[in-house]
Amino acid sequence: MQQKQPLIELRHVNKYFGNVIALNDISLQVNAGEVMCLLGDNGAGKSTLIKTLSGVYKPCQGEMHIAGKRKAFHSPADALDNGIATVFQDLAMVPLMSITRNFFMGREPTVGKGIFRRINWRLANEVAKEEMAKIGIDVRDPSQPVGTLSGGERQCIAIARAVYFGAKVLILDEPTSALGVKQAAIVLRYIAQAKARGLGVIFITHNVHHAYTIGDVFTILKRGSCFGMFRKSEVSREEVLSMMAGGEEMDNLSSELEEFSRSDAVFAVTQNNTVLEASAALEHAMAEAMEQEFKLVSSHS
Amino acid sequence: MSTGIVSVENKTHDERLRQQHLLKKALHRPEFGAVAGALLVFGFFGVFANDSGMFSAAGIINFLEVSAQLGILAIAAAMLMIAGEFDLSIGSMIAFAGLVVAIPVAVWDWPLWISIVFAFITALGIGFINGYLVVKTKLPSFIVTLAFLFILRGLAIGFTRLLTGRTQVGGLKEVTENDVLAGLFSGEVGQSFFTWLTEIGWLDTNFAGQPMVTGIPVSIVWWLVIAAIATWVLLMTRFGNWIFACGGDANAARNVGVPVARVKITLFMMTALAATVFACLQVMDAGSADTNRGLLKEFEAIIAVVVGGVLLTGGYGSAIGAVFGALIFGTVQMGIFYTGVNTDWFKVFMGGMMLLAVMFNNYVRKKCLI
Ligand SMILES: Nc1ncnc2c1ncn2[C@@H]1O[C@H](COP(=O)(O)OP(=O)(O)O)[C@@H](O)[C@H]1O
Ligand SMILES: [Mg+2]
Repeated sequence: MQQKQPLIELRHVNKYFGNVIALNDISLQVNAGEVMCLLGDNGAGKSTLIKTLSGVYKPCQGEMHIAGKRKAFHSPADALDNGIATVFQDLAMVPLMSITRNFFMGREPTVGKGIFRRINWRLANEVAKEEMAKIGIDVRDPSQPVGTLSGGERQCIAIARAVYFGAKVLILDEPTSALGVKQAAIVLRYIAQAKARGLGVIFITHNVHHAYTIGDVFTILKRGSCFGMFRKSEVSREEVLSMMAGGEEMDNLSSELEEFSRSDAVFAVTQNNTVLEASAALEHAMAEAMEQEFKLVSSHS
Repeated sequence: MSTGIVSVENKTHDERLRQQHLLKKALHRPEFGAVAGALLVFGFFGVFANDSGMFSAAGIINFLEVSAQLGILAIAAAMLMIAGEFDLSIGSMIAFAGLVVAIPVAVWDWPLWISIVFAFITALGIGFINGYLVVKTKLPSFIVTLAFLFILRGLAIGFTRLLTGRTQVGGLKEVTENDVLAGLFSGEVGQSFFTWLTEIGWLDTNFAGQPMVTGIPVSIVWWLVIAAIATWVLLMTRFGNWIFACGGDANAARNVGVPVARVKITLFMMTALAATVFACLQVMDAGSADTNRGLLKEFEAIIAVVVGGVLLTGGYGSAIGAVFGALIFGTVQMGIFYTGVNTDWFKVFMGGMMLLAVMFNNYVRKKCLI
C-alpha cells in the first residue's frame, strides 16, 4: 500500500494572504481509486487548499507532485491539462451564458480545420443534455442561460462538467450543499464510479453521512493546519463527526446514532457486490438516512 | 421516492417546457432593440424625408457609407465590450495611425504600401500595450485607455510638428493612384454591376448621363466583411465562447481554463486594428492625414455598441447589434441633414437615443433571466 505512487501529493505547503496564514505546512497525498474527504470548519482553509491543487493559487512554500513528478501549475488550465478537474465552491459559472456554453467553457469540441475550425454545437448540445440527464437533471433547452436555473441545477452542471473532463483527479468543494436528497445521492454515486474507474477524488463536505459512506481517508483541517489524517479503518463515524464538529457536540449525538447503524447495515450488505451495484444501493441508504435526518431536524424544532 | 435513479428515456413530452412565442424569442436576441430601432428610424425618415432624396440610390449609399465607417469601429468595440473592457483610445488611434501612414510617405518617401503595413504593425503593438497594461495592472480599462487617449493624441501632434512643422500632412493623392495596397482602402467595387443596372433602367442617371451610383464604396465592403467575421467568431468559434466567458465572469472563466489575458489582449489589438482600417480609409479618401482626425469616435463607437444591445458590463451582445447600432447612427446623422432640421440637434438626439437604448436593454436582460 505504501509503495503505491500517489496521483497527487503536497509536501509542506504554505499559503498566505497578506498576513493571513490560510494554509500552514500541509502535506497530503491522494492515491488512485481513493476518496479523500477534506473536513473542517468554515474558514479552516479547505477551499484554499483545493484552489492550490487546481492551479488557481500558487503555494507560497512547499511543493506539489503529480504522479511522482514535481509540478507547479501556472493556471487552472494547466491543472486541467494534467487531468485534474475541480468543482469550485462558487461553481465557476457564467450566468448569462447558455448551459452548453458553460459546460464546455474552455474545452469546446471543434470540427473543421484552419480558419474554418468551429465549435461542434450539435455534439456539444447533445453531450451537455446527456451528461445532465445522467445526473438527474432533465435539461429542457441547452441554450437556456444558466442564470435562469436554480442553485442546485447549477451545481449539477458544474459537477457533470468536472466528471466529464476529470481524467485523473476529481476535486469537489461542497458539491452537495445546495442539492436535494436525490441529487446528492447521485453525486455520491458519481464519486463511487470515479473511484471505481481509478480516479483520485478529493471531496469536501460538512455532511458526515456523505463523508463517512464514501470516504477512504479523512483529512481534518483546523485553522489552516492539518489536524490529522485517518483511514476509514481507524475511525468510526462518530469520531469523524466529532472531529468535524471540533469535539464539542458529542453530547448531542446519541439520538442520531441509531439511524447510523441502520444505513450502515444496508451498506454492509452491498460490500461484496461490484462497486456500481453497491453505489446504487448506497443511494437508497443515503436517501433513507437523509430522510431520517430531515425528520429528526423537523421534530426538534 | 422509490428509486434514486431517474429515467429520462421514457419522457417523450416535457411538461415543464412552455411553448414560447416567436416574438418573445426574438426579444431575447441582443440585437433585437437595434433592429427594431433601425426600422423605426427608417420609418420616421421615410415619412419626413421621403421627397428629399435620402432614399434615392445615391442617398442610400451616402448614409450607408457614414454608417460603415463607424460600424468598422463599433464591431471591434463590441467584441471588446462583450469581453468586459472598453477602449477609449480608438479616436486618438485613428489620428495616430493616419499619420503613421502619411508621414513616412511625405517625409521619407516610403512607398505607400510599406507605410500602410508599418501602420498596421504599429497599431497591433499599441493594442498589445493597452491590453497588457489592463491585464497586468488589473486597473479598469476605462482608466488605462483614457491615458492612451491623451498619450496617442499627444504623440500624433508632437511627432507631426517635429517632423513636418505642421499638424496636417497632405499630398497623398498622387501616391494613392498606383499603390498595391491603396486599392483596398479607396474607390468602389461592383462598378460594372451598377453600369448594368443603369443600362436596364433600374438606376437613374445624372445630368451627364453617368449612373447616379457608380459602385459600392470599399468602406461598406469592409463593414460587411468585418461584421461577418465577427459574427462567425462570436457564435461559432472557441475564441468567441471565451469572449463571452471573459465578460460574463473573468474569474469563473479563468478557473475552467480560459486564457483570459490572451483573449483580452487580442481584442485590444483588434480595436487598434479597426481604428487603423478607419484611418486608412480616411487618409486615402482625403489624400491627407491630420492630428485632429477621429475626435470623439471612441464615444460614437460606444454609443453604437450600446444601442446595438451589448451590455456595458460585458458578457452579452452581438456583432450584428453593433452593425445596426452604427446603421442607426449613420441614418439619423444623414437623415437630419436631409430633413433640413438644423444638424446642431443631432447630438442631443444621439445622447437621448443611447439613454433609451440602455434602459431598454436593461429591461430586456432582466426579462431574459426570469
Ligand atoms: N483571496 C483571499 N484573500 C484573503 N484571505 C482569504 C482569501 N481566500 C481565503 N482567505 C482566508 O483564508 C481562510 C480560509 O478560507 P477558505 O479556504 O475559504 O475556508 P473554507 O473553505 O475551509 O471555509 C479564511 O480565513 C479566509 O478568510
Ligand atoms: Mg470553502
